[in-house]
Amino acid sequence: MIKLNVNGRVHEVDAPADTPLLWVLREWLGMTGSKYGCGAGVCGACSVHLDGDMVRSCAVSVGDVGAGKILTIEGLSPDGLSHPVQKAWLAHEVPQCGYCQSGQIMAAAALLKAVPKPTDDDIDATMQNICRCGTYQRVRAAIHAAARDGAA
Amino acid sequence: MNQINGLGRRGFLGTVAAVAGGMSLGWTIPEAQAQGAANSAATAAGGVEVGIWAVVMPDDTVVVRIARSEMGQGTLTGLAQLVADEMDADWAKVQAEYIAPEVNQANRRAWGDMSTGGSRGIRASVDYVRKGGAAARAMLVQAAATQWGVPVGECGASESVITHRPTGRTLRYGQVAAAAAKLPVPADVAVKPPAEWKIIGKGVKRLDTVEKLSGKLVYAIDLQLPEMLNASIAQCPVFGGKIGSFDAAKVMGMPGVRHVLRVDDSTIAVVADKWWQAQTALKALPIVWDEGPNANVDSASIARHLESGLDAKEAFVGLRQGDVEAGLKGAAKVVEATYGSPFLNHATLEPMTCTAKWDGTTIEVWVSSQNGDASLAAAAEAAGVPLANVKVNKHHLGGGFGRRGKQDYVRQAVLIAKQVPGRPVKMIWSREEDMQHGFYRPITMAKMKAGLDAQGNLVALHARLSGQSILAHLFPARIAGGADPVMFQGWNKEEFGYQAIPNVLIDHAMRNTHVPVGFWRGVNHNQNAVYLECFLDEVALAAGKDPLDFRLGLMGQMPKLRAVLQAAAEKAEYRKPLPAGVFRGISANYGFGAYTAAVAEVSVSKEGEVKVLRIVAATDCGYAVNPDQIAAQVEGSFVYGLSSVFTSENTVEKGRIVEGNFDTYEVMKLAQMPKVETVIVPSGGFWGGVGEPTIAVAAPAVLNAIFAATGKRIRTLPLKHHDLSHA
Repeated sequence: MIKLNVNGRVHEVDAPADTPLLWVLREWLGMTGSKYGCGAGVCGACSVHLDGDMVRSCAVSVGDVGAGKILTIEGLSPDGLSHPVQKAWLAHEVPQCGYCQSGQIMAAAALLKAVPKPTDDDIDATMQNICRCGTYQRVRAAIHAAARDGAA
Repeated sequence: MNQINGLGRRGFLGTVAAVAGGMSLGWTIPEAQAQGAANSAATAAGGVEVGIWAVVMPDDTVVVRIARSEMGQGTLTGLAQLVADEMDADWAKVQAEYIAPEVNQANRRAWGDMSTGGSRGIRASVDYVRKGGAAARAMLVQAAATQWGVPVGECGASESVITHRPTGRTLRYGQVAAAAAKLPVPADVAVKPPAEWKIIGKGVKRLDTVEKLSGKLVYAIDLQLPEMLNASIAQCPVFGGKIGSFDAAKVMGMPGVRHVLRVDDSTIAVVADKWWQAQTALKALPIVWDEGPNANVDSASIARHLESGLDAKEAFVGLRQGDVEAGLKGAAKVVEATYGSPFLNHATLEPMTCTAKWDGTTIEVWVSSQNGDASLAAAAEAAGVPLANVKVNKHHLGGGFGRRGKQDYVRQAVLIAKQVPGRPVKMIWSREEDMQHGFYRPITMAKMKAGLDAQGNLVALHARLSGQSILAHLFPARIAGGADPVMFQGWNKEEFGYQAIPNVLIDHAMRNTHVPVGFWRGVNHNQNAVYLECFLDEVALAAGKDPLDFRLGLMGQMPKLRAVLQAAAEKAEYRKPLPAGVFRGISANYGFGAYTAAVAEVSVSKEGEVKVLRIVAATDCGYAVNPDQIAAQVEGSFVYGLSSVFTSENTVEKGRIVEGNFDTYEVMKLAQMPKVETVIVPSGGFWGGVGEPTIAVAAPAVLNAIFAATGKRIRTLPLKHHDLSHA
């Protein structure tokens, strides 16, 4: 049994230690907000926070998480809407198909925690998440807006 | 009430093959007048159908029925706007729900075509959904008038409230919905003139955003059902190859593994308690493929095959005006260039996925599909049951782009479920499976030839396409006399923008390959617009003319295309010089019923690094249902379109696709995103497409700007293979 702290709750998970965190979240814990896009740590759809840092959960083995605190999209705000990043996303109508957006939002929230007023260059360097619909322009605008509203 | 009225009048138009092989669904024009009886989430929650397109809840919420699919393009919201405006509904209380494919089928397809492609979601539905909304309004107002005992002409409606004007009495829609539902659906209802629109034309918020911010939206890949098993599949990596053998015993003991199945001649599935277990076992499963003769094909042999078409005698004519041979012969100057584009996967971020459950007589599927009707037909055919024994649950798509019109993954899920009766099985393709088993944007080449007279006028243009036909692969029955009209997107009589050229020949030498091809967002317009719009720049240069003036001079017969190009040029201040080191390119195209143009501004460092600094994109889609969502589609078009310019391609080695994931199939990320300024110039009078048209102008505008910056004319994509360093 592996103990896993997700969104402030400790879960006991009967999964092999080399199982990717993403699939433990999705299949063992039934938390499907984090998405599978590439399984190779490239697309960012599975982004979660581990002790406050953004990680690609498809590329982290559950056995390596240890006592680390995991935050997923389900735990970002109590109502799923009130985190400044979520509010900015809604105001800017960022999502199209929406499939990458959990990861985009988690990556943006981690960026703003580390850099409360990011420049365009900061955003370029950090936001590596793939969006096939092409919402990047609005992602950028929404990050700036969330920074103005004090996301940190 | 369980009947559909009025279908006989406009009647049965014929049948369309619903994508799944062979099985056809009757296709009728939807009727605003049809009286519905469709159970849905909204009716189950206490709403009543007023007509077939709207359910009114006791609290006045209007739930608009949606037959098309939402894949990010915003059609769900746009269709709801159309219905709600005609209903005079309060937009703040409008929601939407899918009508289930089997309900549509059981009601003689009263809700019409569910196919969602070709940028037709709005423009092909607009007439009947607006009438449906207007009919519902008429019923609600009539019900109120009857209750008051007053002439209906004395009543009006606004924001879901009916008012009796002489007395000022009011009733809310929720109060009269039950009575309204019992009234006959009016046979002829007028829709509003544009001047009276209140919701159409407004950039209202999408109806489907909130759940996409919290992770709560259940995409097909997220489905969880009691007793559900999970499957991962492997298909023969060489298209056309088959299963040789596999050793199930080697993996049956692995954690969670339940079954190792032959799905069909070329597909193996591992079914396990969890998908990760299925995938882990699949990777460990010893498989021998019978790869067949296609294992000898590679990108080089395909290129030779296409090159043989560039000068081939036999070709299908797509457009002919004047005498191109004579025109070229008499020309003072002839310009010639050959262009080419690679295969491209759609690479939806949600990979192909479908859940199916077989109970011995009926099949139920949960799927993200661009065509609910086709999913229904595919499931029925794969299960070997009548359409009436199928239930399809539609989920919002994690990207479509044309890929999810094809129902191969539905068929596979059903074939798996039939071998595991009684339990739902969710099949998810790995990214690698998705990347290597797509229906790719067809590979094509074009040999372009132009003749200029002594004054630099373009007097002859010959475009010879060589390459793969989508219809030949997907719908061979629609190949007419051997020709595929879809090859000539943007270049047919209706769409070709430069009809002032006196002598034009556009023809196609069909060169098919064993690689499956399909409809890729912007279908063939993309490649054709690169060939034509870049070549026109070459010709303008040879003629010593400005690329914008050169184009405008040839667009006399296409005033709206001319206007949209001028609008883009004006917004971009085309006539003003740019800062040092910044260069422009332009392009224009007409497709999917909409006129588009773009001006790109780029800089290219001496080392060859390209920066796209600014895009001005103009679009005339006639009526603009939701300007903010149009802007979103235009912005996104530059991501999809420019990914294909810079980095994306699929190549073939030993008969299989080489690229397996986003590390090798590179797509644009945020840092490369140019600033896109959308200029909507809705000229009215028609309903044009939005999701695809702009992609066609994205690539050529940027390529033309890169030429202006470097003097290097790139004619084969993607750019990553080219050295753009310059002095």
